Amino acid sequence: MLQIDGLTKRFGQKTAVDAVSFKVEKPAMIGIIGRSGAGKSTLLRMLNRLTGSTDGAIVFQDRNVTELKGAEKRRWQSECAMIFQQFNLVPRMDVVSNVLHGTLNRRSTVATMFNLYPQDDIHKAIEILDRLGIAEQAAKRAEALSGGQQQRVAIARALMQDPKIILADEPIASLDPMNAQIVMEALRRIHDEDGRMVICNLHTLDTARRYCDRVIGMRDGRMVFDGTPEQLTTGVARDIYGAGEEFSESATSTEIGALETPPEQTAKAYA
Amino acid sequence: MAEITAGAPTRVSDVQGHYMEMIQRKRLYGGLTLLIFIVLMVSGFMVADGRNAGGFWDGVDKIGDYPAAVLAEAWEKFFDLPGLMLKYFPALIETINIAAVSTLTGVLAGFVLAMLGTRGLAKWPRLIPVFRRITDVMRAVPEIVIALMLIFVLGGGPVPAVIAIAIHTAGAIGKLFSEVAENADLKPVEGLQSVGATWTQRILLGVLPQVAPNFLSYALLRFEINIRASAILGFVGAGGIGYELRNSMSWGPGRFDEAAAIFVLLFATIVFFDQVSSRYRNKLTEGQGQ
Repeated sequence: MLQIDGLTKRFGQKTAVDAVSFKVEKPAMIGIIGRSGAGKSTLLRMLNRLTGSTDGAIVFQDRNVTELKGAEKRRWQSECAMIFQQFNLVPRMDVVSNVLHGTLNRRSTVATMFNLYPQDDIHKAIEILDRLGIAEQAAKRAEALSGGQQQRVAIARALMQDPKIILADEPIASLDPMNAQIVMEALRRIHDEDGRMVICNLHTLDTARRYCDRVIGMRDGRMVFDGTPEQLTTGVARDIYGAGEEFSESATSTEIGALETPPEQTAKAYA
Repeated sequence: MAEITAGAPTRVSDVQGHYMEMIQRKRLYGGLTLLIFIVLMVSGFMVADGRNAGGFWDGVDKIGDYPAAVLAEAWEKFFDLPGLMLKYFPALIETINIAAVSTLTGVLAGFVLAMLGTRGLAKWPRLIPVFRRITDVMRAVPEIVIALMLIFVLGGGPVPAVIAIAIHTAGAIGKLFSEVAENADLKPVEGLQSVGATWTQRILLGVLPQVAPNFLSYALLRFEINIRASAILGFVGAGGIGYELRNSMSWGPGRFDEAAAIFVLLFATIVFFDQVSSRYRNKLTEGQGQ
Protein backbone atom coordinates (compact mmCIF):
# COMPACT_ATOMS: atom_id res chain seq x y z
CA MET A 1 0.00 0.00 0.00
CA LEU A 2 2.64 2.48 1.13
CA GLN A 3 6.27 1.93 0.32
CA ILE A 4 9.11 4.22 1.28
CA ASP A 5 12.39 3.63 -0.44
CA GLY A 6 15.68 5.19 0.60
CA LEU A 7 14.01 8.47 1.49
CA THR A 8 16.65 11.11 2.28
CA LYS A 9 16.56 14.79 3.17
CA ARG A 10 19.64 16.96 3.47
CA PHE A 11 19.63 20.56 4.71
CA GLY A 12 22.98 21.85 3.44
CA GLN A 13 25.62 19.69 5.11
CA LYS A 14 23.25 18.16 7.63
CA THR A 15 21.34 14.98 6.80
CA ALA A 16 18.00 15.15 8.59
CA VAL A 17 16.60 11.88 7.23
CA ASP A 18 19.06 9.27 6.00
CA ALA A 19 17.85 6.60 3.55
CA VAL A 20 14.73 5.51 5.42
CA SER A 21 12.94 2.52 3.87
CA PHE A 22 9.86 0.66 5.06
CA LYS A 23 6.72 -0.90 3.70
CA VAL A 24 3.13 -0.86 4.94
CA GLU A 25 0.93 -3.60 3.47
CA LYS A 26 -2.43 -2.70 5.00
CA PRO A 27 -3.80 0.24 7.01
CA ALA A 28 -2.23 0.22 10.45
CA MET A 29 -1.54 2.57 13.30
CA ILE A 30 2.17 3.26 13.17
CA GLY A 31 4.13 5.15 15.79
CA ILE A 32 7.47 6.78 15.04
CA ILE A 33 9.59 7.38 18.12
CA GLY A 34 12.95 9.01 18.72
CA ARG A 35 14.35 11.99 20.53
CA SER A 36 13.92 15.50 19.17
CA GLY A 37 16.07 16.16 16.10
CA ALA A 38 15.96 12.50 15.04
CA GLY A 39 14.20 13.42 11.79
CA LYS A 40 10.67 12.28 12.69
CA SER A 41 9.02 15.55 11.73
CA THR A 42 10.98 15.85 8.50
CA LEU A 43 9.92 12.33 7.55
CA LEU A 44 6.23 13.11 8.05
CA ARG A 45 6.53 16.46 6.29
CA MET A 46 8.10 14.70 3.30
CA LEU A 47 5.21 12.23 3.20
CA ASN A 48 2.74 15.11 2.99
CA ARG A 49 5.08 16.95 0.57
CA LEU A 50 5.23 20.00 2.82
CA THR A 51 8.98 19.48 2.52
CA GLY A 52 10.62 18.19 -0.63
CA SER A 53 12.88 15.15 -0.48
CA THR A 54 16.52 15.11 -1.60
CA ASP A 55 16.56 11.47 -2.62
CA GLY A 56 14.45 8.32 -2.58
CA ALA A 57 10.82 7.58 -3.34
CA ILE A 58 7.44 7.39 -1.64
CA VAL A 59 5.09 5.05 -3.50
CA PHE A 60 1.43 4.95 -2.47
CA GLN A 61 -0.87 2.56 -4.33
CA ASP A 62 1.51 2.37 -7.32
CA ARG A 63 1.83 6.15 -7.52
CA ASN A 64 5.19 7.85 -6.97
CA VAL A 65 4.27 10.66 -4.63
CA THR A 66 7.69 12.33 -4.66
CA GLU A 67 7.33 13.23 -8.34
CA LEU A 68 3.92 14.92 -8.15
CA LYS A 69 3.71 18.61 -9.00
CA GLY A 70 1.13 21.43 -8.94
CA ALA A 71 -2.52 20.32 -8.83
CA GLU A 72 -1.56 16.62 -8.55
CA LYS A 73 0.61 17.38 -5.54
CA ARG A 74 -2.24 19.29 -3.88
CA ARG A 75 -4.58 16.39 -4.66
CA TRP A 76 -2.16 14.05 -2.86
CA GLN A 77 -1.97 16.42 0.10
CA SER A 78 -5.75 16.31 0.38
CA GLU A 79 -5.61 12.50 0.53
CA CYS A 80 -2.93 12.54 3.18
CA ALA A 81 -4.06 14.66 6.11
CA MET A 82 -1.62 16.24 8.54
CA ILE A 83 -2.11 17.02 12.22
CA PHE A 84 0.42 19.36 13.85
CA GLN A 85 1.83 19.76 17.33
CA GLN A 86 0.61 23.37 17.53
CA PHE A 87 -2.76 22.52 15.84
CA ASN A 88 -2.16 25.06 12.99
CA LEU A 89 -5.77 26.24 12.88
CA VAL A 90 -6.82 29.71 11.72
CA PRO A 91 -7.37 31.28 15.14
CA ARG A 92 -9.84 34.02 14.17
CA MET A 93 -12.24 31.79 12.22
CA ASP A 94 -14.98 29.71 13.76
CA VAL A 95 -14.59 26.00 14.45
CA VAL A 96 -16.82 24.79 11.60
CA SER A 97 -15.01 26.97 9.05
CA ASN A 98 -11.73 25.51 10.24
CA VAL A 99 -13.11 22.00 9.76
CA LEU A 100 -14.48 22.94 6.32
CA HIS A 101 -10.96 23.91 5.32
CA GLY A 102 -10.51 20.16 4.89
CA THR A 103 -12.55 20.43 1.67
CA LEU A 104 -10.49 23.26 0.12
CA ASN A 105 -8.90 20.99 -2.46
CA ARG A 106 -12.32 20.07 -3.86
CA ARG A 107 -13.77 23.61 -3.95
CA SER A 108 -13.07 26.64 -6.12
CA THR A 109 -11.01 29.47 -4.66
CA VAL A 110 -13.73 32.08 -5.23
CA ALA A 111 -16.44 30.07 -3.44
CA THR A 112 -14.22 29.44 -0.44
CA MET A 113 -13.16 33.09 -0.34
CA PHE A 114 -16.79 34.06 0.30
CA ASN A 115 -17.22 31.16 2.73
CA LEU A 116 -19.81 29.49 0.46
CA TYR A 117 -19.71 25.80 1.40
CA PRO A 118 -22.50 23.37 0.46
CA GLN A 119 -24.98 22.62 3.22
CA ASP A 120 -24.09 18.91 3.12
CA ASP A 121 -20.48 19.75 3.91
CA ILE A 122 -21.48 21.98 6.80
CA HIS A 123 -23.71 19.25 8.23
CA LYS A 124 -20.97 16.69 7.81
CA ALA A 125 -18.46 18.96 9.54
CA ILE A 126 -20.75 19.28 12.56
CA GLU A 127 -21.31 15.50 12.59
CA ILE A 128 -17.55 14.96 12.68
CA LEU A 129 -17.24 17.49 15.50
CA ASP A 130 -19.96 15.60 17.36
CA ARG A 131 -18.11 12.36 16.84
CA LEU A 132 -15.11 13.95 18.55
CA GLY A 133 -17.35 15.33 21.31
CA ILE A 134 -17.02 19.04 20.59
CA ALA A 135 -20.16 19.83 18.55
CA GLU A 136 -21.26 22.47 21.10
CA GLN A 137 -18.18 24.54 20.21
CA ALA A 138 -19.19 24.74 16.51
CA ALA A 139 -19.82 28.48 16.29
CA LYS A 140 -16.96 29.61 18.53
CA ARG A 141 -13.69 31.02 17.26
CA ALA A 142 -10.91 28.44 17.21
CA GLU A 143 -8.70 30.62 19.42
CA ALA A 144 -11.32 30.53 22.20
CA LEU A 145 -10.91 26.77 22.64
CA SER A 146 -8.53 24.91 24.94
CA GLY A 147 -5.50 23.09 23.51
CA GLY A 148 -7.17 19.68 23.66
CA GLN A 149 -10.29 20.99 21.94
CA GLN A 150 -8.22 22.75 19.27
CA GLN A 151 -6.37 19.52 18.54
CA ARG A 152 -9.70 17.75 18.12
CA VAL A 153 -10.78 20.49 15.68
CA ALA A 154 -7.56 19.78 13.78
CA ILE A 155 -8.44 16.07 13.72
CA ALA A 156 -11.93 17.00 12.47
CA ARG A 157 -10.34 19.03 9.68
CA ALA A 158 -8.23 15.99 8.80
CA LEU A 159 -11.33 13.74 8.76
CA MET A 160 -13.18 16.26 6.59
CA GLN A 161 -10.49 15.64 3.97
CA ASP A 162 -11.64 12.00 3.92
CA PRO A 163 -7.98 11.00 3.70
CA LYS A 164 -6.41 7.60 3.13
CA ILE A 165 -3.56 8.42 5.49
CA ILE A 166 -3.52 10.61 8.58
CA LEU A 167 -0.12 11.92 9.61
CA ALA A 168 0.16 13.28 13.12
CA ASP A 169 3.28 15.20 14.08
CA GLU A 170 3.61 15.06 17.86
CA PRO A 171 -0.16 15.55 18.29
CA ILE A 172 -0.05 15.39 22.08
CA ALA A 173 3.26 17.12 22.82
CA SER A 174 1.63 20.38 23.89
CA LEU A 175 -1.33 18.87 25.73
CA ASP A 176 -1.85 17.89 29.36
CA PRO A 177 -2.12 14.14 30.15
CA MET A 178 -5.92 14.10 30.21
CA ASN A 179 -6.29 15.76 26.81
CA ALA A 180 -3.40 13.71 25.43
CA GLN A 181 -5.36 10.57 26.24
CA ILE A 182 -8.54 11.90 24.59
CA VAL A 183 -6.66 12.86 21.42
CA MET A 184 -4.77 9.55 21.18
CA GLU A 185 -7.97 7.57 21.73
CA ALA A 186 -9.67 9.62 18.99
CA LEU A 187 -6.84 8.80 16.58
CA ARG A 188 -7.01 5.11 17.49
CA ARG A 189 -10.78 5.08 17.01
CA ILE A 190 -10.41 6.67 13.58
CA HIS A 191 -8.08 3.84 12.64
CA ASP A 192 -10.31 1.11 14.11
CA GLU A 193 -13.65 2.40 12.81
CA ASP A 194 -12.73 3.94 9.45
CA GLY A 195 -9.76 1.74 8.59
CA ARG A 196 -7.53 4.70 7.77
CA MET A 197 -3.77 4.46 8.05
CA VAL A 198 -2.46 6.59 10.90
CA ILE A 199 1.23 7.49 11.19
CA CYS A 200 2.00 9.26 14.39
CA ASN A 201 5.20 10.89 15.69
CA LEU A 202 5.47 10.37 19.41
CA HIS A 203 8.12 11.24 21.89
CA THR A 204 6.96 8.93 24.65
CA LEU A 205 7.41 5.18 24.62
CA ASP A 206 4.35 4.15 26.56
CA THR A 207 1.99 6.06 24.23
CA ALA A 208 3.50 4.27 21.25
CA ARG A 209 3.22 0.95 23.03
CA ARG A 210 -0.33 1.50 24.12
CA TYR A 211 -1.91 2.78 20.89
CA CYS A 212 0.22 1.57 17.97
CA ASP A 213 0.31 -1.73 16.04
CA ARG A 214 3.81 -1.08 14.80
CA VAL A 215 6.64 1.08 16.06
CA ILE A 216 9.48 2.61 14.07
CA GLY A 217 12.46 4.01 15.96
CA MET A 218 14.63 6.76 14.54
CA ARG A 219 17.97 8.08 15.70
CA ASP A 220 20.03 10.81 13.96
CA GLY A 221 17.97 10.48 10.77
CA ARG A 222 18.34 6.71 10.48
CA MET A 223 15.75 4.03 11.09
CA VAL A 224 17.10 1.93 13.97
CA PHE A 225 14.02 -0.10 14.94
CA ASP A 226 10.97 -1.50 13.17
CA GLY A 227 8.74 -3.95 14.96
CA THR A 228 5.74 -4.62 17.16
CA PRO A 229 5.29 -2.83 20.48
CA GLU A 230 6.11 -6.10 22.26
CA GLN A 231 9.58 -6.16 20.71
CA LEU A 232 10.23 -2.70 22.10
CA THR A 233 12.16 -3.61 25.24
CA THR A 234 13.87 -1.15 27.56
CA GLY A 235 17.22 -2.10 26.02
CA VAL A 236 15.96 -1.26 22.51
CA ALA A 237 14.50 1.98 23.79
CA ARG A 238 17.83 2.99 25.34
CA ASP A 239 19.37 2.38 21.98
CA ILE A 240 16.82 4.55 20.17
CA TYR A 241 17.14 7.40 22.61
CA GLY A 242 20.92 6.98 22.95
CA ALA A 243 20.53 6.91 26.70
CA GLY A 244 22.40 5.05 29.42
CA GLU A 245 21.37 3.08 32.50
CA GLU A 246 19.67 6.08 34.12
CA PHE A 247 16.98 6.02 31.39
CA SER A 248 13.61 5.01 32.73
CA GLU A 249 10.43 4.93 30.73
CA SER A 250 8.22 6.70 33.19
CA ALA A 251 10.53 9.70 32.95
CA THR A 252 9.26 10.32 29.41
CA SER A 253 5.67 9.41 30.16
CA THR A 254 2.66 11.64 29.77
CA GLU A 255 0.12 8.95 30.60
CA ILE A 256 -1.94 9.41 33.72
CA GLY A 257 -1.68 5.72 34.50
CA ALA A 258 2.09 5.66 34.21
CA LEU A 259 2.46 8.60 36.52
CA GLU A 260 0.71 6.80 39.31
CA THR A 261 3.57 4.35 39.89
CA PRO A 262 6.38 6.63 41.10
CA PRO A 263 4.72 8.92 43.64
CA GLU A 264 7.29 11.72 43.58
CA GLN A 265 6.63 12.20 39.85
CA THR A 266 2.90 12.44 40.33
CA ALA A 267 3.57 15.23 42.76
CA LYS A 268 5.75 16.99 40.20
CA ALA A 269 3.23 16.63 37.41
CA TYR A 270 0.46 18.21 39.40
CA ALA A 271 2.59 20.81 41.14
CA MET B 1 -20.18 7.32 12.64
CA ALA B 2 -23.86 6.54 12.03
CA GLU B 3 -24.56 4.89 15.38
CA ILE B 4 -22.88 7.66 17.32
CA THR B 5 -24.88 10.42 15.65
CA ALA B 6 -28.04 8.33 16.01
CA GLY B 7 -27.45 8.32 19.76
CA ALA B 8 -28.10 12.04 20.02
CA PRO B 9 -30.04 13.01 16.92
CA THR B 10 -31.81 16.06 18.29
CA ARG B 11 -28.66 17.65 19.71
CA VAL B 12 -26.57 17.40 16.55
CA SER B 13 -29.39 18.60 14.33
CA ASP B 14 -29.87 21.48 16.79
CA VAL B 15 -26.27 22.50 16.41
CA GLN B 16 -26.53 22.11 12.65
CA GLY B 17 -29.68 24.23 12.54
CA HIS B 18 -28.18 26.98 14.66
CA TYR B 19 -25.02 27.07 12.64
CA MET B 20 -26.89 27.12 9.32
CA GLU B 21 -29.00 30.00 10.60
CA MET B 22 -25.87 31.89 11.56
CA ILE B 23 -24.27 31.21 8.18
CA GLN B 24 -27.41 32.33 6.30
CA ARG B 25 -27.44 35.58 8.26
CA LYS B 26 -23.73 36.15 7.61
CA ARG B 27 -24.23 35.48 3.89
CA LEU B 28 -27.17 37.89 3.78
CA TYR B 29 -25.12 40.64 5.43
CA GLY B 30 -22.16 39.90 3.17
CA GLY B 31 -24.36 40.06 0.05
CA LEU B 32 -25.95 43.32 1.17
CA THR B 33 -22.54 44.86 1.87
CA LEU B 34 -21.34 43.82 -1.57
CA LEU B 35 -24.48 45.27 -3.17
CA ILE B 36 -24.09 48.61 -1.34
CA PHE B 37 -20.42 48.72 -2.32
CA ILE B 38 -21.24 48.19 -6.00
CA VAL B 39 -24.07 50.76 -5.96
CA LEU B 40 -21.80 53.33 -4.30
CA MET B 41 -18.98 52.67 -6.73
CA VAL B 42 -21.23 52.96 -9.81
CA SER B 43 -23.13 56.05 -8.62
CA GLY B 44 -19.92 57.71 -7.43
CA PHE B 45 -18.33 57.09 -10.78
CA MET B 46 -21.30 58.54 -12.58
CA VAL B 47 -21.30 61.70 -10.44
CA ALA B 48 -17.57 62.17 -10.96
CA ASP B 49 -17.94 61.56 -14.68
CA GLY B 50 -20.75 64.11 -14.93
CA ARG B 51 -18.63 66.78 -13.26
CA ASN B 52 -15.55 66.11 -15.34
CA ALA B 53 -14.83 68.76 -17.91
CA GLY B 54 -14.26 66.33 -20.78
CA GLY B 55 -16.08 63.28 -19.59
CA PHE B 56 -14.54 59.91 -19.00
CA TRP B 57 -15.95 58.08 -22.01
CA ASP B 58 -14.95 60.81 -24.48
CA GLY B 59 -11.40 60.86 -23.17
CA VAL B 60 -10.81 57.19 -22.48
CA ASP B 61 -9.47 56.37 -25.94
CA LYS B 62 -7.00 59.26 -25.74
CA ILE B 63 -5.33 58.07 -22.53
CA GLY B 64 -2.63 56.36 -24.51
CA ASP B 65 -1.92 59.36 -26.79
CA TYR B 66 0.66 61.15 -24.64
CA PRO B 67 2.75 58.06 -23.75
CA ALA B 68 2.54 57.01 -27.42
CA ALA B 69 3.83 60.40 -28.60
CA VAL B 70 6.66 60.33 -26.05
CA LEU B 71 7.60 56.77 -26.93
CA ALA B 72 7.44 57.41 -30.69
CA GLU B 73 9.69 60.44 -30.45
CA ALA B 74 12.07 58.73 -28.05
CA TRP B 75 12.30 55.80 -30.46
CA GLU B 76 13.09 58.12 -33.37
CA LYS B 77 15.91 59.79 -31.42
CA PHE B 78 16.94 56.60 -29.66
CA PHE B 79 20.66 57.30 -29.99
CA ASP B 80 20.36 60.69 -28.28
CA LEU B 81 19.01 59.07 -25.11
CA PRO B 82 22.36 58.13 -23.47
CA GLY B 83 23.67 61.66 -24.02
CA LEU B 84 20.50 63.19 -22.58
CA MET B 85 20.63 60.86 -19.60
CA LEU B 86 24.18 61.99 -18.94
CA LYS B 87 23.04 65.60 -19.23
CA TYR B 88 20.33 65.17 -16.61
CA PHE B 89 22.43 63.02 -14.26
CA PRO B 90 23.53 65.98 -12.07
CA ALA B 91 19.85 66.93 -11.63
CA LEU B 92 19.11 63.36 -10.56
CA ILE B 93 21.92 63.54 -7.99
CA GLU B 94 20.35 66.70 -6.62
CA THR B 95 16.99 64.93 -6.29
CA ILE B 96 18.57 61.98 -4.49
CA ASN B 97 20.46 64.35 -2.20
CA ILE B 98 17.24 66.14 -1.27
CA ALA B 99 15.68 62.77 -0.47
CA ALA B 100 18.68 61.57 1.58
CA VAL B 101 19.03 64.70 3.71
CA SER B 102 15.33 64.96 4.38
CA THR B 103 15.06 61.24 5.22
CA LEU B 104 17.94 61.45 7.68
CA THR B 105 16.66 64.52 9.53
CA GLY B 106 13.03 63.39 9.30
CA VAL B 107 13.77 59.92 10.69
CA LEU B 108 15.80 61.31 13.60
CA ALA B 109 13.05 63.79 14.50
CA GLY B 110 10.42 61.09 14.03
CA PHE B 111 12.34 58.76 16.36
CA VAL B 112 12.35 61.34 19.16
CA LEU B 113 8.66 62.10 18.62
CA ALA B 114 7.86 58.37 18.58
CA MET B 115 9.65 57.70 21.86
CA LEU B 116 7.91 60.64 23.51
CA GLY B 117 4.54 59.45 22.22
CA THR B 118 4.66 55.74 23.06
CA ARG B 119 2.74 54.33 26.00
CA GLY B 120 5.05 52.76 28.56
CA LEU B 121 8.16 54.46 27.21
CA ALA B 122 7.35 58.17 27.18
CA LYS B 123 9.36 60.47 29.43
CA TRP B 124 6.25 62.51 30.28
CA PRO B 125 3.29 60.13 30.01
CA ARG B 126 0.81 62.98 30.38
CA LEU B 127 2.16 64.67 27.25
CA ILE B 128 1.71 61.58 25.03
CA PRO B 129 -1.43 63.00 23.33
CA VAL B 130 0.41 66.25 22.63
CA PHE B 131 3.27 64.54 20.81
CA ARG B 132 0.85 62.28 18.97
CA ARG B 133 -1.13 65.23 17.70
CA ILE B 134 2.11 66.90 16.61
CA THR B 135 2.96 63.88 14.45
CA ASP B 136 -0.62 63.83 13.14
CA VAL B 137 -0.35 67.44 11.99
CA MET B 138 3.04 66.83 10.39
CA ARG B 139 1.56 63.91 8.48
CA ALA B 140 -1.65 65.62 7.54
CA VAL B 141 -0.21 68.62 5.68
CA PRO B 142 0.87 67.53 2.19
CA GLU B 143 4.54 68.03 1.36
CA ILE B 144 3.65 70.08 -1.67
CA VAL B 145 1.72 72.63 0.42
CA ILE B 146 4.64 73.16 2.82
CA ALA B 147 7.05 73.32 -0.10
CA LEU B 148 4.97 75.93 -1.98
CA MET B 149 4.74 78.05 1.14
CA LEU B 150 8.47 77.83 1.81
CA ILE B 151 9.37 78.49 -1.84
CA PHE B 152 7.29 81.64 -1.62
CA VAL B 153 9.20 82.71 1.52
CA LEU B 154 12.70 81.35 0.88
CA GLY B 155 12.76 81.28 -2.92
CA GLY B 156 13.19 78.23 -5.17
CA GLY B 157 15.87 75.60 -4.58
CA PRO B 158 16.50 72.39 -2.69
CA VAL B 159 16.24 73.79 0.88
CA PRO B 160 12.44 74.27 0.93
CA ALA B 161 12.03 70.77 -0.51
CA VAL B 162 14.26 69.27 2.19
CA ILE B 163 12.30 70.97 4.96
CA ALA B 164 8.93 70.03 3.46
CA ILE B 165 9.82 66.35 3.01
CA ALA B 166 11.55 66.13 6.40
CA ILE B 167 8.42 67.41 8.17
CA HIS B 168 6.22 64.84 6.46
CA THR B 169 8.77 62.08 7.08
CA ALA B 170 8.99 62.93 10.78
CA GLY B 171 5.21 62.68 11.06
CA ALA B 172 4.93 59.37 9.23
CA ILE B 173 7.98 57.78 10.88
CA GLY B 174 6.83 59.01 14.29
CA LYS B 175 3.67 56.94 13.96
CA LEU B 176 5.31 53.82 12.51
CA PHE B 177 8.19 53.79 15.03
CA SER B 178 5.83 54.32 17.92
CA GLU B 179 3.72 51.33 16.82
CA VAL B 180 6.83 49.13 16.65
CA ALA B 181 8.12 50.37 20.00
CA GLU B 182 4.77 49.65 21.63
CA ASN B 183 5.39 45.93 21.02
CA ALA B 184 8.91 46.04 22.44
CA ASP B 185 9.60 44.06 25.59
CA LEU B 186 9.71 46.33 28.63
CA LYS B 187 11.70 43.96 30.83
CA PRO B 188 15.14 45.13 29.58
CA VAL B 189 13.99 48.72 30.13
CA GLU B 190 13.05 47.88 33.69
CA GLY B 191 16.41 46.17 34.13
CA LEU B 192 18.22 49.34 33.03
CA GLN B 193 15.99 51.45 35.24
CA SER B 194 17.00 49.30 38.20
CA VAL B 195 20.66 50.24 37.72
CA GLY B 196 19.85 53.93 37.67
CA ALA B 197 19.94 54.71 33.93
CA THR B 198 18.52 57.97 32.56
CA TRP B 199 15.52 58.00 30.21
CA THR B 200 17.76 58.53 27.16
CA GLN B 201 20.04 55.66 28.22
CA ARG B 202 17.04 53.37 28.74
CA ILE B 203 15.69 54.14 25.28
CA LEU B 204 19.01 53.91 23.45
CA LEU B 205 20.28 50.79 25.24
CA GLY B 206 17.07 49.00 26.20
CA VAL B 207 14.59 49.67 23.38
CA LEU B 208 16.67 50.51 20.31
CA PRO B 209 18.51 47.14 20.09
CA GLN B 210 15.15 45.33 20.07
CA VAL B 211 13.53 47.42 17.36
CA ALA B 212 16.54 48.45 15.25
CA PRO B 213 15.85 46.04 12.33
CA ASN B 214 12.24 47.22 11.98
CA PHE B 215 13.24 50.86 12.32
CA LEU B 216 15.87 50.50 9.63
CA SER B 217 13.51 48.79 7.27
CA TYR B 218 10.91 51.56 7.71
CA ALA B 219 13.58 54.23 7.25
CA LEU B 220 14.76 52.61 3.98
CA LEU B 221 11.19 52.39 2.72
CA ARG B 222 10.77 56.05 3.57
CA PHE B 223 13.90 56.89 1.59
CA GLU B 224 12.36 55.28 -1.50
CA ILE B 225 9.14 57.23 -0.99
CA ASN B 226 11.12 60.44 -0.51
CA ILE B 227 12.95 60.02 -3.83
CA ARG B 228 9.58 60.08 -5.55
CA ALA B 229 8.44 63.00 -3.38
CA SER B 230 11.52 65.07 -4.13
CA ALA B 231 11.08 64.43 -7.87
CA ILE B 232 7.50 65.69 -7.62
CA LEU B 233 8.52 68.79 -5.65
CA GLY B 234 10.82 69.67 -8.54
CA PHE B 235 7.62 70.41 -10.50
CA VAL B 236 6.83 73.34 -8.20
CA GLY B 237 10.32 74.79 -8.41
CA ALA B 238 12.33 72.92 -5.83
CA GLY B 239 15.05 71.99 -8.31
CA GLY B 240 16.36 68.57 -9.21
CA ILE B 241 15.10 66.24 -11.89
CA GLY B 242 11.43 67.12 -11.40
CA TYR B 243 12.09 70.66 -12.59
CA GLU B 244 13.75 69.40 -15.76
CA LEU B 245 10.92 66.93 -16.32
CA ARG B 246 8.30 69.64 -16.09
CA ASN B 247 10.17 71.82 -18.57
CA SER B 248 10.58 69.08 -21.14
CA MET B 249 6.99 67.88 -20.72
CA SER B 250 5.32 71.28 -20.96
CA TRP B 251 7.31 72.38 -24.00
CA GLY B 252 5.53 69.71 -25.94
CA PRO B 253 6.60 67.74 -29.00
CA GLY B 254 10.19 68.18 -30.02
CA ARG B 255 11.50 67.69 -26.47
CA PHE B 256 9.73 64.45 -25.70
CA ASP B 257 13.04 62.61 -26.05
CA GLU B 258 14.27 64.56 -23.02
CA ALA B 259 11.15 63.61 -21.08
CA ALA B 260 11.70 59.99 -22.02
CA ALA B 261 15.34 60.14 -20.88
CA ILE B 262 14.26 61.57 -17.51
CA PHE B 263 11.56 58.91 -17.09
CA VAL B 264 14.13 56.19 -17.74
CA LEU B 265 16.52 57.77 -15.22
CA LEU B 266 13.81 58.03 -12.54
CA PHE B 267 12.64 54.49 -13.14
CA ALA B 268 16.19 53.13 -12.99
CA THR B 269 16.90 55.04 -9.78
CA ILE B 270 13.82 53.77 -8.01
CA VAL B 271 14.46 50.20 -9.12
CA PHE B 272 18.08 50.52 -7.97
CA PHE B 273 17.24 51.78 -4.49
CA ASP B 274 14.37 49.33 -4.17
CA GLN B 275 16.73 46.44 -4.89
CA VAL B 276 19.43 47.73 -2.56
CA SER B 277 17.09 48.36 0.33
CA SER B 278 15.16 45.11 -0.05
CA ARG B 279 18.41 43.15 -0.07
CA TYR B 280 19.58 45.00 3.01
CA ARG B 281 16.24 44.52 4.75
CA ASN B 282 16.26 40.76 4.07
CA LYS B 283 19.75 40.54 5.50
CA LEU B 284 18.63 42.29 8.64
CA THR B 285 15.58 40.13 9.25
CA GLU B 286 17.44 36.92 8.47
CA GLY B 287 20.30 37.83 10.76
CA GLN B 288 17.91 38.59 13.59
CA GLY B 289 17.94 35.16 15.16
CA GLN B 290 21.69 34.68 15.25
